Amino acid sequence: MYDIEKYYQATGVEDAIRALCEDERAMVISGGSDVLIQCREGRLAGCSLVSIHGIEELMGIEETGDGEIIIRAATVFSHIANSPVIQRTMPMLAYAVDQVGGPQIRNIGTIGGNVCNGVTSADSASSLWALNATLELRGPQGTRTVPIRDFYTGAGKTVRKQNEILVAIHIEKKDYDGFGGCYLKYGKREAMEIATLGCAAMTRLTPDKTALQELRLAYGVAAPTPMRCWNTEAAVQGARIDAELIERIATGALSEVKPRTSWRASREFRLQLVSELCRRAVRQAIINAGGMADV
Amino acid sequence: MGVRDSITRVDAYDKVTGAAKYTADLLPAGALIAKVVRSTIANGRVKSFSLDQALAVKGVVRIFTCFDVPDIEFATPGHPYVLDKTKGDVYDRKLLNERVRVYGDDIAVVVATDNVAASRAARLVQVEYEEYPPLLSVEAALSSDATPLHPNLRDTNQLAHSGYRVGEGTYEEAKTSEPGLIEVSGNYSTQSVQHCHLEPPQSYAYMEGNRIVVVTSTQIPHIVRRVVGQALGIPWAQVRIIKPYIGGGFGNKQDVLYEPLNAFLTQQLGGKLVWLELSREETMACTRVRHAIHAKASALARPDGTLVARKIELYSDQGGYASHGHSICANTVTMFKQLYHDQRVTEGDAYTVYTNHATAGAMRGYGIPQSDFFTESLMEDLARRLGADALELRLKNCMPAGYVDPNTGIHAYSNAIRECVAKGRELFHWDEKRARYAAETGDVRRGVGMALFDYKTGVYPISLEVSNCRMFMNEDGSVNLQMGATEIGQGADTVFTQMAAEATGVTEANVHIVSTQDTDVAPFDLGAYASRQTYVSGQAVKRAGEILKQKVLDYAAFKLKKPAEEMDVRADCVVRRAGGEKLLTLAELALEAQYSRERAERLFAEASVDCHENTIATGCTFAEVEVDIPLGKVKILNLLNVHDSGILINPKLAEGQVQGGMSMGIGYALYEELLYDEKGRPLNDNLLDYKLPTALDQPDLQAAFVEVCDPSGPYGNKALGEPPAISPAPAIRNAILQATGVAFNTLPMSPQKLVEGFVQAGLIKEVHPNV
Amino acid sequence: MYNTLTMTVNGSEVTLPVDDRESLADTLRNRLGLTSVKKGCEVGECGACTVLVDGEAIDSCIYLSVWAQGRRVMTVEGLKSPTGELSPIQQAFIDEAATQCGFCTPGIIMSAVEIVGTGKRYSREELRRLISGHLCRCTGYESILNALERIVEETYRFTDRQP
Repeated sequence: MYDIEKYYQATGVEDAIRALCEDERAMVISGGSDVLIQCREGRLAGCSLVSIHGIEELMGIEETGDGEIIIRAATVFSHIANSPVIQRTMPMLAYAVDQVGGPQIRNIGTIGGNVCNGVTSADSASSLWALNATLELRGPQGTRTVPIRDFYTGAGKTVRKQNEILVAIHIEKKDYDGFGGCYLKYGKREAMEIATLGCAAMTRLTPDKTALQELRLAYGVAAPTPMRCWNTEAAVQGARIDAELIERIATGALSEVKPRTSWRASREFRLQLVSELCRRAVRQAIINAGGMADV
Repeated sequence: MGVRDSITRVDAYDKVTGAAKYTADLLPAGALIAKVVRSTIANGRVKSFSLDQALAVKGVVRIFTCFDVPDIEFATPGHPYVLDKTKGDVYDRKLLNERVRVYGDDIAVVVATDNVAASRAARLVQVEYEEYPPLLSVEAALSSDATPLHPNLRDTNQLAHSGYRVGEGTYEEAKTSEPGLIEVSGNYSTQSVQHCHLEPPQSYAYMEGNRIVVVTSTQIPHIVRRVVGQALGIPWAQVRIIKPYIGGGFGNKQDVLYEPLNAFLTQQLGGKLVWLELSREETMACTRVRHAIHAKASALARPDGTLVARKIELYSDQGGYASHGHSICANTVTMFKQLYHDQRVTEGDAYTVYTNHATAGAMRGYGIPQSDFFTESLMEDLARRLGADALELRLKNCMPAGYVDPNTGIHAYSNAIRECVAKGRELFHWDEKRARYAAETGDVRRGVGMALFDYKTGVYPISLEVSNCRMFMNEDGSVNLQMGATEIGQGADTVFTQMAAEATGVTEANVHIVSTQDTDVAPFDLGAYASRQTYVSGQAVKRAGEILKQKVLDYAAFKLKKPAEEMDVRADCVVRRAGGEKLLTLAELALEAQYSRERAERLFAEASVDCHENTIATGCTFAEVEVDIPLGKVKILNLLNVHDSGILINPKLAEGQVQGGMSMGIGYALYEELLYDEKGRPLNDNLLDYKLPTALDQPDLQAAFVEVCDPSGPYGNKALGEPPAISPAPAIRNAILQATGVAFNTLPMSPQKLVEGFVQAGLIKEVHPNV
Repeated sequence: MYNTLTMTVNGSEVTLPVDDRESLADTLRNRLGLTSVKKGCEVGECGACTVLVDGEAIDSCIYLSVWAQGRRVMTVEGLKSPTGELSPIQQAFIDEAATQCGFCTPGIIMSAVEIVGTGKRYSREELRRLISGHLCRCTGYESILNALERIVEETYRFTDRQP
């Protein structure tokens, strides 16, 4: 039995918000794969939970008329990975959420939970950063949207208030259309793993495929929060695609990341991964965008 | 039918239907829940407790502390009892410890009506400690200012030392004994790993009259019974241990873990039912681990590859308590001299040292996985130095036929090590691959490597080897088979069934083995360890079966008025020995024997074995790897074990054992290690951060055998359960060496270590952020 | 706090009281006697507690019982036919010697039910990925994969798909 002091199953989003307002200790539980584990470890012993599990309005994937993709926050990873809409429009994200844990976890863990726990290692996070996702939050004051780059404030911390629910993740057409993407997860083993480093690269090429119109380079676990290599991206806009470009991007990434040494991995090792994953992810993203394979 | 047949496991049906009951599945309703309170320091003493807050938690029944337990020191390892008090196990812990020697040491226990109350109360127990600096390495523990962890037993933290010198002269003298000798030396080290059996240790205890009953997940029910009796200071016969199906053990449950505490609790609570389970985290950090050992080894050889001398010095990290103690490292140092022959001299020194790490105990291979890593890494390094072929160098020097260990007297009654190498060489296309990968370049490189090993069967002559078996025939001619030897997943119940069938002539379908051991009823046996059961307990089955068959024939002789020598029992019938004509079914004979007014006789047999034999199993592993140098990742492309384990009683099950052992060897080589912080607290005591290989981390595992009958085994068989876990790690290490030219001498060969090694070797250009 | 939970378990509807702090693993084991559901880690890492909820494999140790309201749950006990015949999946595990200590077996069999239920054909590598949420310390996964390959192939042929 879990050491839960109070459990409330919300009947809808408004009801969940109301319950959270009534109890300032209350936390949201969605798929449970984060919260219940922390509860069992003792960190959340005696917690008060408001469950949004199974709320219909929080599940599903929608493609609007103008190509905006809306992923409702309590959609589980396996449904996102297998979604024809996601596979067609942003296969990199489909692949990224398919790397979380293992099959059983992917049937229960939600993308909303993955983002709201604020950890830098979330497999969906670096891809969502590369996709310029915006997050739709709803609270007692109504709805607000927050670009993902403004969502994280520190390791495990986000701007979401205690009584706000993440309702959906929005990705606009201009942020996925015409791009080739590649997410690479590095872990010590190939499943049931939290990333030692995650790298999501997206490229859009010139019509003749010889140059880079736009690069997006995002990392997880290269800093306390997920991040983009903004300077590097800006510096290579329009650059000709060749081996030298790949090296430039890798060098640029190295100057922007801030990995630290922990017992899991040393800083030097993480830097090696930053640089090598960058090369491989960018190369593959270029190939996926229709560019040259032999750079 | 009988041995050498791949019959279906006798427990497979129950396991795939969920009918097989493990300890937790048998727990009656209404149990009290016990939760151990663990120290938050690694070295020191408990000065006092403050229990008010904990006792105030609703649902708490009692809290016992280290000040409440009997002042009796006992020993936990699964070894036979030793009559000679000057020898044997080290009695160095109590039910709960006041002197803290491991982070998470058992200092108190909460008993409550539900697990939430028990956990909350455990967290609220306040402890005042006197804290000493934690000793987190063998070096630290041996330094002159280190606190002795067991001063009443040892003046220093050296638990034991043993050594040998086999041959003439010393290693030092050998160096200058002839011109042109080549020497290689190396420092090699292995890490602490955990068994990670899927079912955590758990037990429940209650009383019947003045007797204590403990139902527990153990490999060694009879030994648990003795140690519970010793720990509580009560006659051993007042203890009854019941062992149902268990979810693996691999040596962790060859220790008496929490049964004594569980028994104490029910005794103190008037016989009430008490459930004690360990969480996965407690299992990983606070039960037993494999000894981390480091070695300094050297070899001297002639340019033609003949080994002249070798020596090894070993330091084994025992952790806070003795458990199996020096037995492991003694095994480690012994194998070094057995596997290869040195023309002049072999020297070995083994030290086992107490530290404040988790207590080390028995784990599959019992010191030989460590030994093989040292021995076979040294041989590979020697081969490279000499420019010699890796296989030829080994074949030239490895254990000869008819080998007898000069110190223990153990004979290799059969030895097919060379045949194993030859078979593996061919199946693996060794020569072709070794040549193909001789000069790899680029970021991704391939290589092949291999390693040999040897392993004894059971523990004679170091310890007692006994087993007992009981069989009786039912009215329908079927046989009930009772063993004290345990099924722990390895297939013991099935192979005993087959041996009973072979010995009696009753078909397997009519042999009903009682899987559960209840020490009130089951014949005495020491339990599952040392790969002993099929060899030693099998002897008891064979003997009992032969006795039973003779009784059947004697009754048939009486009934049919024919000489017993002219008859036999085959496939559930009494038959004419010559020609096989059926004379009588066992069903007909047994019913009559049971109820005859003329001569009523219950057909049963018991056999007792006091085994004074041992023999040596051998084998090898071949590994093919692909190394992604910039990322430090190793992909195993092919892995093959070839085993010389005598005649296989059940080839299909044997194959499964080998595959499982290879899987453990892969984890040992590349993924697994227990890590501690500077306070001695385990960092990765859970299944996310402790990297057990998943199905995606392993290649297909190939097992092959060379079946040469060993005359000392009941059916020509010898050790099989542990050997498969021994040689994969050095084979993989040697393959990485061929692929990249970089020798990795510490396990695990994890990605960060690989990248660091490749940077040092100039294979990776070190990255520097231009900040 | 206690709730009344109604769910379908192994084909039969059940209504029972559950504590809203209970995991589905605890409810199935302790209230319904379905002890095939094993607890190996209680943090969703080992897969021994895997059951199907509405046909999808989940770790029941980190699934609150109250979430099973109105859902269909399946455990290994539900696989035998009403007359006691083993399902082909269970038979494949027996024939391929895919079980040793047996503790991981029920969970993997339930994942196998989901895998086979898709009706698709999978390569051995794909099957590795599909069982990557299960830890086994006894078999090295080899015989388990053999059993899965066999049952996937048999089911594929049985449903008469074009090769």
